[in-house]
Amino acid sequence: MRPEQPRPATKGESMKLLNCPLNGIRNISEFSYGGEYHPMPDHIASSSRDWAEYVFFHDNNAGIVTEWWCHIASSFWFLAERNTVTDEIIRTFKTDELFHGRADVTDPKSESK
Amino acid sequence: MPLGLLKYGFSSKYPAKHHFTPAKDLKKHYDVVIIGGGGHGCAIAYNLAKYHGLHNVAILEKSYLGGGNTARNTAVIRSNYLTEAGVNFYSESVKLYNNLSNEFNYNIMMESRGQLTLAHSDSAIRGFRWRAEVNKHLGVRSELVDRQTISELVPNLNMSEDTRFPIMAGLWHADGATARHDAVAWGYAKGACDRGVELHQLTEVEDIEITNNRVTAVKTNRGRVECGAVVQAVAGASSIVAKKAKIPLPIHCYPLQAMVTQPYKPILTPHVSSPQVHVYVHQTSRGEFVIGGGSDPYPLYNTRATLDQRESLSSAALELFPFLSQARILRQWAGTTDMTPDYSPIMGLSPVENYYLDAGWGTWGFKATPICGVTMAELVATQKVPELIRPFELERFYRFEQVNEAGATAASH
Repeated sequence: MRPEQPRPATKGESMKLLNCPLNGIRNISEFSYGGEYHPMPDHIASSSRDWAEYVFFHDNNAGIVTEWWCHIASSFWFLAERNTVTDEIIRTFKTDELFHGRADVTDPKSESK
Repeated sequence: MPLGLLKYGFSSKYPAKHHFTPAKDLKKHYDVVIIGGGGHGCAIAYNLAKYHGLHNVAILEKSYLGGGNTARNTAVIRSNYLTEAGVNFYSESVKLYNNLSNEFNYNIMMESRGQLTLAHSDSAIRGFRWRAEVNKHLGVRSELVDRQTISELVPNLNMSEDTRFPIMAGLWHADGATARHDAVAWGYAKGACDRGVELHQLTEVEDIEITNNRVTAVKTNRGRVECGAVVQAVAGASSIVAKKAKIPLPIHCYPLQAMVTQPYKPILTPHVSSPQVHVYVHQTSRGEFVIGGGSDPYPLYNTRATLDQRESLSSAALELFPFLSQARILRQWAGTTDMTPDYSPIMGLSPVENYYLDAGWGTWGFKATPICGVTMAELVATQKVPELIRPFELERFYRFEQVNEAGATAASH
């Protein structure tokens, strides 16, 4: 998998813009990168090794990736598809495209007691 | 003069000898294949050939010798780290650097002009005291210095108390140094090639063949090569290459940008860095001011330069050295840093038996080049992990035993 040739510099753009699904187009300096998107493993069934991989390891792909971003001023978290070779943002979207309802983080052991 | 020039033109000593033998065809089998012909890859090959009697070694380089992050770093050598593992490792590297020109019989232009890190807050002073004590305990020259000493060390530093972040104290590291980064790669490559190692440039590894959890061969754009062992030393592309061997890594690649001014007469002796205003500045022996250390705010496989970084590096450099306001920027560039969660490298064994990792060189790779060559060669030749690099093995992340290196970079984070 060879990364495609990067396009020259920033095509004359002096700043990069990100389209926040809540606040619209803003300078990228208003946002914070929040890491790659990975579905969380089952926190009870998964082994310590699986959990370590989820926490520390990254795909670090050269190409199109899905990742977390946060608009700092409004603390709004959302997802973005971005090309890590050409430095282009393909699209941004709200979390409800991937998440339906809240994650269940109750510990069955503590409930049974 | 014209006659002398003509004589030189006909001399058998001209053109000058190549540093290394030009590429031949790839052999069918090598005992060790090293992926990546930068400083690290060449240093490993050099040590294998010179000290472990392994001469059937190939370095496979996608582009050209030392053309990746070896050429893009800002050539800072220091050992004033914070963790015991880090200080021990980097101080061995500085010792090797001090003798490297003699070792090669080739000038790497090593200059030990010291390094000064600035504190602009009480919490930074506390951190520096801690680092100074750890450093002294482990035999590294490192001390906390006051404003008076700072003005004596760097007379043209802006010591005004009327700035956003006035300088309160500093961490003085007399062992801090710089060297010519290209010469380090060339010296190792020359020494390795003189001892039978083959350097194959424009040779890209496309696939890695693994059977029974052992590497048997690598496929390149110039053919298939069987091998006894593989070392990957490809800073900035570690995740991409490791993926071919199905090894996941805890790395994110961020560009790190730096820039350099046109040359001026020598006025700045030590390397000066400020974690608070995110910049480091030193003057090269050619007279250029190197202004460095701006990490991009998100991961990217691209070495473009941005106006954002040029602005933030410039404003920070001007706060420390207002006289640079008239300086002209000659060029700005980026390197790709392999950032690990704990700011320490990933070296040693991998989940694949005869596949060795030399990765995770975020912003600390150049200064580690000599010791990395020594320890990785020892590992490959003896199959035993040297104590110096045991803390840096990949497995530490699965055991939740990270080496939290808070002294990792001079400027960023």
